[in-house]
Amino acid sequence: MFDFALTHAWLIPLLPALAFLIIGLGTRQDKDTSAKIAITMSALSFLLALGVAGAVITRPVVMADPFVMKTLWAKVGDIELFMGVLVDPLTAMMLFVVTTVALLVQIYSVGYMAHDPGAGRFFAFLSLFASSMLGLVLSVNFMQMYAFWELVGLCSYLLIGFYYYKDSAREAAKKAFITTRIGDFGMLLGILLVQLTFGTLDFLELKALLPTYIWETGGGILTVIALLLFIGPIGKSGQFPLHVWLPDAMEGPTPVSALIHAATMVVAGVYLVGRAYFLFSALPVVLEVIAWVGGFTAIFAATIAITQRPFKRILAYSTISQLGYMMLALGVGSLTASMFHLMTHAFFKALLFLCAGAVIEAMHEEADIFKMGGLKERMPVTFRCMTIGVLAIAGVPPLAGFFSKDAILAAAAEVSTPLYILATVTAFLTAFYMARLLFVAFFGEVKPDCPAQETNAWMRWPLVVLAALSVVSGVWGHFAGFGEWVFHGPITEEHISWQIAGTSVALTLLAFFLAYEIYVAKRWSSYEISRRLGVLYTLSYNKYYIDEIYTVIRNTFVDKFGAVLYWFDLHIVDGIVNGLARFTGGLSGVLGLAENGQVQRYVTVFYCGAIALVAYSLVFAWLVLSVLGGAF
Amino acid sequence: MTDPFSLTAMDIFRFATHIGLTHYLLLAALLFAIGLFGLLTRRGIIPALMCVELMLNAVNINLVAFNHYLPMPDHSGQLMAIFSIAVAAAEIAIGVALAFRVYRDRNTVNLDDLDHLKG
Amino acid sequence: MGLPLLSTVLLAPLLAALAICLLPRESRDQIRLIAAGAMTLATVLTLYAYAAYDTAAGGMQFTESIPWITDLGVTYALGVDGISLPMLLLTDVIGLASVFSSWNIEKRPKDFFVLLMVLIAGVTGTFIARDLFIFLLCYEVVVIPIYIMVLIWGSTKRVPKEYAGIKLTIFLLMGSAFMLVGVVSLFLEAGGQTFDMAALVEASRTGMLSEDFQIFAFLLLLLGFGSLLSMFPFHSWSPDGYAGAPTAVSMIHAGVLKKIGGYGLIRLGLLVLPLGAKFWAPLIAALAMINVMYAAYIAMVQKDLKYIIGYSSVSHMGYVLLGFAALNAVSITGAIANMVAHGIMASLFFSQIGYIYERTHLRSVPELAGLAHHLPRLTVGFMLAGLASVGLPGLIGFVPEFTIFVGTLSVYPVCAFLAIAGIIFSALYILRMLAKVLFGPRVERFAAVPDEQGADLVPLLLLGVFLVGFGLFPELLMGVIRSGVTPLEPLLAQLSGAPTLLGGGF
Repeated sequence: MFDFALTHAWLIPLLPALAFLIIGLGTRQDKDTSAKIAITMSALSFLLALGVAGAVITRPVVMADPFVMKTLWAKVGDIELFMGVLVDPLTAMMLFVVTTVALLVQIYSVGYMAHDPGAGRFFAFLSLFASSMLGLVLSVNFMQMYAFWELVGLCSYLLIGFYYYKDSAREAAKKAFITTRIGDFGMLLGILLVQLTFGTLDFLELKALLPTYIWETGGGILTVIALLLFIGPIGKSGQFPLHVWLPDAMEGPTPVSALIHAATMVVAGVYLVGRAYFLFSALPVVLEVIAWVGGFTAIFAATIAITQRPFKRILAYSTISQLGYMMLALGVGSLTASMFHLMTHAFFKALLFLCAGAVIEAMHEEADIFKMGGLKERMPVTFRCMTIGVLAIAGVPPLAGFFSKDAILAAAAEVSTPLYILATVTAFLTAFYMARLLFVAFFGEVKPDCPAQETNAWMRWPLVVLAALSVVSGVWGHFAGFGEWVFHGPITEEHISWQIAGTSVALTLLAFFLAYEIYVAKRWSSYEISRRLGVLYTLSYNKYYIDEIYTVIRNTFVDKFGAVLYWFDLHIVDGIVNGLARFTGGLSGVLGLAENGQVQRYVTVFYCGAIALVAYSLVFAWLVLSVLGGAF
Repeated sequence: MTDPFSLTAMDIFRFATHIGLTHYLLLAALLFAIGLFGLLTRRGIIPALMCVELMLNAVNINLVAFNHYLPMPDHSGQLMAIFSIAVAAAEIAIGVALAFRVYRDRNTVNLDDLDHLKG
Repeated sequence: MGLPLLSTVLLAPLLAALAICLLPRESRDQIRLIAAGAMTLATVLTLYAYAAYDTAAGGMQFTESIPWITDLGVTYALGVDGISLPMLLLTDVIGLASVFSSWNIEKRPKDFFVLLMVLIAGVTGTFIARDLFIFLLCYEVVVIPIYIMVLIWGSTKRVPKEYAGIKLTIFLLMGSAFMLVGVVSLFLEAGGQTFDMAALVEASRTGMLSEDFQIFAFLLLLLGFGSLLSMFPFHSWSPDGYAGAPTAVSMIHAGVLKKIGGYGLIRLGLLVLPLGAKFWAPLIAALAMINVMYAAYIAMVQKDLKYIIGYSSVSHMGYVLLGFAALNAVSITGAIANMVAHGIMASLFFSQIGYIYERTHLRSVPELAGLAHHLPRLTVGFMLAGLASVGLPGLIGFVPEFTIFVGTLSVYPVCAFLAIAGIIFSALYILRMLAKVLFGPRVERFAAVPDEQGADLVPLLLLGVFLVGFGLFPELLMGVIRSGVTPLEPLLAQLSGAPTLLGGGF
């Protein structure tokens, strides 16, 4: 049975794609049927993914010897482009995470989109989104990965812009697509260079070729390739400085945010680095770049998250920060820690976003957390799930985030102390802003006109499942030996460093305490603190004005320059064309004077011509005579 | 003729008293020029046709004069002139007929108004 | 087989034109049915040819040959190979779609469809001719209907349609004048015996054409085909022309006619004058790069939908030129595939723009908004075309672009780098346009505009099928093109050492 799943792994992305086709071409108008189709296909995918995981464990399929099936997609010249599936423990883990989250999000969406007339379209896009991500996860080569990578980008565009009638959603969708496209440009260049350097894009072949290549020619061009490739993940995984699209992406329906932030899209970048880790890990310079980009992004986003007010935006910046964590882990050489965190993060971030969706829906689209309050009475289930999510992301033992974050901190501590400190401070900030979110929204007084009610069952049960996963996935991963399956290089013995774990837990608890004092006990006024911080607060609140800087750059270098070129086109290029036309016209006007239709003008011209001819022949004769005169 | 600056009074006297080919040619050229001038300046069709006649006659004079000064005159010039006069007669007949038609049609014989030749 | 397939494909529109001539001008229904019938027949036959083409054997298939003007060595010779077959398919599919895009034409439908049929026949002829004379003949046939159609059925926006029409025509005629000189000199240089392309290729291969002559003649062809392909700085007819032209002409012009330039460069320029092609290749690459970036930048500041797509097509043609300039099997495959891809997406774009213009008489981006509320099918059409021109996988544009990039990056790294950066800019202007026109708040003004249905839906369905079909299964397209490009490989290999504009081979 497991073998069936393994050999039919290609069905995993195909089933949701089928759902997309059926819904898109047929049942778009009927949202119940559409939901049923989407959920059925997702569930089948999920079962297959479980089967693949089972096959990986029982067979066993290990990192060094993956299971591969591929088929020729296109052949150009002597370059063969394949599509296929590559299954190893990393893939199996990703498949499990993506299908689980996608399935739960779709179930949740039944409740969330109950009153939206476009629900059919929504389920179609969700299915396509899941399908693209699953295709990406199963990629056998860079080309396939790039293709699905772009499709993931497309789906995010469609889903972020789902409420197309809202200007903000429309702009956010466009921004997401174009920002990630900048990353894709770098990545495409990198992929092309891989093809030119090695003559293949296949992961396994590259992996085999790489050591000899480095041995023979060194890492110069490889470093360039790897850095270019890394630009893709910077865009897709919201790393600084291409992170700007991610907070805006919350303009889409909340289930989409959950999917984007947890299981699809943003982790694609991390996954790419993980998948091509054989390349990145061979280049210390590149690893260092990755580590610092990740580390900086982590703390950078955390400092923004502290001051934001909309519920989902806080979560969005926390996603950026956590992605920075994963990158950091990859940069310090621990694929295991990064992927472990990717998995746990997927569960608790999906949980947090779905809670956010429930809260915002209950609050009738009010997103500002300071306009909420006391929700724990009104929405007990959501409150409990939210609490679990917050504790998990903050890294309180024994929840999921504790184990994965600890693994990252330990890996960072081994390589670089500054990075370790950066990561620890980030952990502290994370705990603080998550606690702030929880305390402000759920504790305190219930606002007088608060409409909040507990959500319906469709939305509640996915929360509970995700909460359970957020609790157990860390412990399970830790004790079931996640690192013995997903790793690169030598297997690192997993053990908890009490010093590192102790520090981070202590800082987390301190952060909770501070947040409690400020936002619940109100011992210190948050307003007062923000006023004291002055410029720092303003910078953080305005997200360091990165968006504004980009706007200026776009206006000057794109639009103004375009206008200049258009002027050039109209007045120089076309000017020459029109000038030639005008010259011809003018010339014909001058020549036309000889022929105005009057007989006498013709006669005049005729005689002038005759005289000119005579004069010419005379002059010519004279010339001939004077030159050749002697000969006659 | 030789260098004009070496002309003596004798030369001029001889030119004035001995009629030769040059005189005929000068006369013809003058006639031709008058005809051409009239053709280019007159606005009526009939005067223009008359001027054309003048130019043709200038040519006829040339033909006859050249014939006379041929080493062995054989009347071929006269023949040509008669032929040309016949053609001119035919031409003037058609021309005048056209002028009448144009006048009937357009109520004018002013050449300036007849510029429909240009598309 | 008994039926002369290619002749039928060529004659179907001509006979339709003749039949339409015989109908009274009031019977619009019969007229357009005849046009649609003829094009359907041509398309079905072409699809049959496409399916039946033996890619393993390659070379010219479905050949026909009747001596015509024996004194000049002109033969009515038709045939298709892996390069021309996709072009033929493109012509017929777009031709069929353009008939349906003109379905509701009110003004002088008889004249319109006669001209349209002649136009399509002319384009078809250029792609299936194996004889240079026939090629030129068909090309000249194309120019005249276009001019008349722009004048009578065109629209005046930024520039008057008379200006657009004459500009388009003069550019095409100038191009063909250069081309004619090139072709005649080629004919004479190769012995003055035959216009048969295969014989000319053979003459070139046996060294009858000196290197200097090839360089000279290729420049003439480049001027001709380059202006047809809207190569910078001969591109300015293209946006103005499309903006002035009626929908069907824009579709055919952007979709296939432009591709005659690229096709001619490969068929004549590369095959007959390889040394000339090699010599001018660096210049072409540089101009191609300018095409891509320059036109993309300008497209970004355009307001009129047709101008955006016009400049976008100039930009896309840059990729084709770049692929050609790199002169290797991969890049040329990409160039041909990209011509097909761009043909489909550009004509889809123009048909959708035509639909909305016909209903609202608006084409300016700031005046249109929120069409997705009322016109979901039109929205799908716009999105498909837009996303394809952004180069998304699963749609027709992805594999060709990828192929061109793979083929050119090692040959012209700088040009290719900048051209690849073009994918960001194309995303910028396309998405801006889509966002503004389709999305945003509901606009009641457009509530009364009916969505596409019936005949109006045909272009979307027809072109959409190819857009997605070739996107998901690129081998359907690439396989045929490969069979056309593989025979060029020895030639291209020989060329790799030949001198260029910049000096010796590299």
